[in-house]
Amino acid sequence: MAGQIDRETVEYISILAKLELSGEEQLAAARDMGRMLEYIDKLKELDTDGVEPVSHVFPVYNVFREDTVTNQDIREELQKSAPACKDGAYKVPRTVE
Amino acid sequence: MEMFDMTAAELGKRIQAGEITAVEAAEYSLSRIKEKDGQINAFITVEEEKVMENARRVQQKIERRELTGPLAGVPVAVKDNICTEGLRTTCASRILGNFVPPYSAEAVKRLEEAGAVILGKTNMDEFAMGSTTETSAYGITRNPWNTDHVPGGSSGGSCAAVAAGEAFCALGSDTGGSIRQPSSFCGVTGLKPTYGTVSRYGLIAYGSSLDQIGPVAKDVTDCACILEAVSSYDRKDGTSVKRESYDFTSGLGRDIKGMRIGLPSDYLGEGLDDEVRKAVMDGAEAMRSLGAIVEEFPLGMAEYAIPAYYVIASAEASSNLARFDGVKYGYRTEEYEGLHDMYKKTRSEGFGPEVKRRIMLGSFVLSSGYYDAYYLKALRVKALIMKAFDEAFKKYDIILGPAAPSAAPEIGCSLADPLKMYLGDIYTVSVNLAGLPGISVPGGMNSKGLPIGLQLIGDRFQEEKLLRAAYQLEKAVGGYGIKKEEAHDEQRI
Repeated sequence: MAGQIDRETVEYISILAKLELSGEEQLAAARDMGRMLEYIDKLKELDTDGVEPVSHVFPVYNVFREDTVTNQDIREELQKSAPACKDGAYKVPRTVE
Repeated sequence: MEMFDMTAAELGKRIQAGEITAVEAAEYSLSRIKEKDGQINAFITVEEEKVMENARRVQQKIERRELTGPLAGVPVAVKDNICTEGLRTTCASRILGNFVPPYSAEAVKRLEEAGAVILGKTNMDEFAMGSTTETSAYGITRNPWNTDHVPGGSSGGSCAAVAAGEAFCALGSDTGGSIRQPSSFCGVTGLKPTYGTVSRYGLIAYGSSLDQIGPVAKDVTDCACILEAVSSYDRKDGTSVKRESYDFTSGLGRDIKGMRIGLPSDYLGEGLDDEVRKAVMDGAEAMRSLGAIVEEFPLGMAEYAIPAYYVIASAEASSNLARFDGVKYGYRTEEYEGLHDMYKKTRSEGFGPEVKRRIMLGSFVLSSGYYDAYYLKALRVKALIMKAFDEAFKKYDIILGPAAPSAAPEIGCSLADPLKMYLGDIYTVSVNLAGLPGISVPGGMNSKGLPIGLQLIGDRFQEEKLLRAAYQLEKAVGGYGIKKEEAHDEQRI
C-alpha cells in the first residue's frame, strides 16, 4: 500500500485538502502517509464481513425544532473576526469573470 | 492551610464561609501565573483586568447569596479550543491567531453560571492534534515536575496550569486521550466523560464523533464537582444525550466492596514501562484490599485501536478544518491570485506540520477509491472495539490500566517520529472510539521523580461508579502528586 503514495497522489490529495505544499513538504507527506498507511493496513487482518460500520456510538437522529429564530442578530460581532468585510458582507476575491 | 494546597472544592468552601474572597483567589492565581508561567508557558492568553472584574462581580453575588455552589469564586483555566466570548481563542494555531469568539461554549457558560472565574486560555497542541503540547504555534509548555520534559497533550496547558498551582482546576478536551494522558504526565486528575454528556457547542471541532470536554483538577472530588457543573443536555449540540442523572458527587466516598475490576492483560504487555506496570499492579492491589474483586482478563482488539482511531480522527479533522479558509475568521494570506489561491495559501501558511499531516491523511482515506478500504473499514473495526468493551462490562464494573505506556518524555524527542508518538495513545484511544468515560488518577512517581497516572474506564453513563472507584483508588495510592511533594515545590518549579 505504502508504495502507492507517490508524488502524483500527494499532489492530488493536496488539491482535495486545499493545501499548497512545497517540494520538500510533498516528499515528507509521501513518506509520512506511506508509513501511516502501512501501519493502518493492520486493520486488514481483521475479518469485518457482515459488521455494520458505526459512525456514532449512540444512534443519532436528526434533532428537529420549530423554525423560529432563537439567536440574536450578532452580525457585527461575528464579522469583527473576519479578515475583510464590506457593507455587512464578507469580502473575497472576484470569483466569476 | 496555604492557598497552594487547596483543591477547588476546599477553596470554594472557604469562599462560602467568607474566609477568602473570590478577589483574593483571583489575585493569588494571577500572581502565581506571573511567577511561574514565564517558564511553564501553560497559558496563551490571560487578560488580568477582565479576570479581576469578573472576580469582583462574582464576590458581590456570593455576598448576596446568589452564588452558593462549590465552584463560586474558584479560578479556572480553559483550554484554548473552547470558545470564550470576548476572549481570544486560538486553538494554538496561527490560523486563528486573532479570533475573538462572539459567544461562549455551553460548558464555559455553565462554569460561569456556577460562579467560576475564568483566568485565561491554556496552551495545547495545535487543534488538539498531538500528545506533547509541542505543536502549538505559541511555544511549548513545560512539565512543572521537570521542565526538561513535556506536559503531555493535547491539553498540556490545562494540566500544567493545575500542576503548577496556577489554576485550581481547568477544562480540557479529549479526542484520543488528550485529557487523561497529560493528567497522567502532570500528576493531576483528568476525566473524559461519556460521549454526549458535556455539550460540544463552542468546542472547536477536531474529531466530532470522539471529542468530549472534561475536567482537569487536583483530585477526584474536584473532577466530580466540575463535571456536575458543565454537563447538560443541550439542543445546540445534535449529539448531546439526555442522561437520567447529572449527579456526580453524592456517591463519592461510598465503598467499593464487591466491585468487579478487570485488568486487561493486553494493557500490561510489551511496550509498557516497568515502573508504570508496577504502579498499575500496586493500584490493583490497593483496590483488592478495599474489598474489590480484581482479576486480569483478555480485552482483545487493543492493537487495532490506534490504526482505526487515526483513520477516523483524521477523516473527521480533514472535514472539520475545511472551514478555515481565510473568509469568515482568522488569518488570511497577504498575496494571492483569485479565490482558490487564497484558500490554499491561507491554509498552508496558517496550519502547522502536524495539522497538515492529518488533513492530508484524512483527505486520502475519504477520497474516491480508498473510502471503503480505509474509512469504512475503520468504522467496522470501531464496531468490533465497542463490542469487546460491551463484553468486558458484562463481567466487570470498571476496567483498570495505565493511562500511558511511560511517564512524560523529554522535550524534543517525540515529533520526529509521528507514528511512535501516536503509539503512546494505545491505552486511551479505544475509550473515545467506544464513547466510554475514563479518568486518570495519580498513581505514584517514577525513579526520575515524574508522575505516573492510572486509568479507570467505566461503561457508558456509569460516571457515578467510575468516580466512586477513582475516589477510593486516590485515597489508597496517595492522589494529588503535588501534595506529597509540596516541601520540594520551590526546587521543582
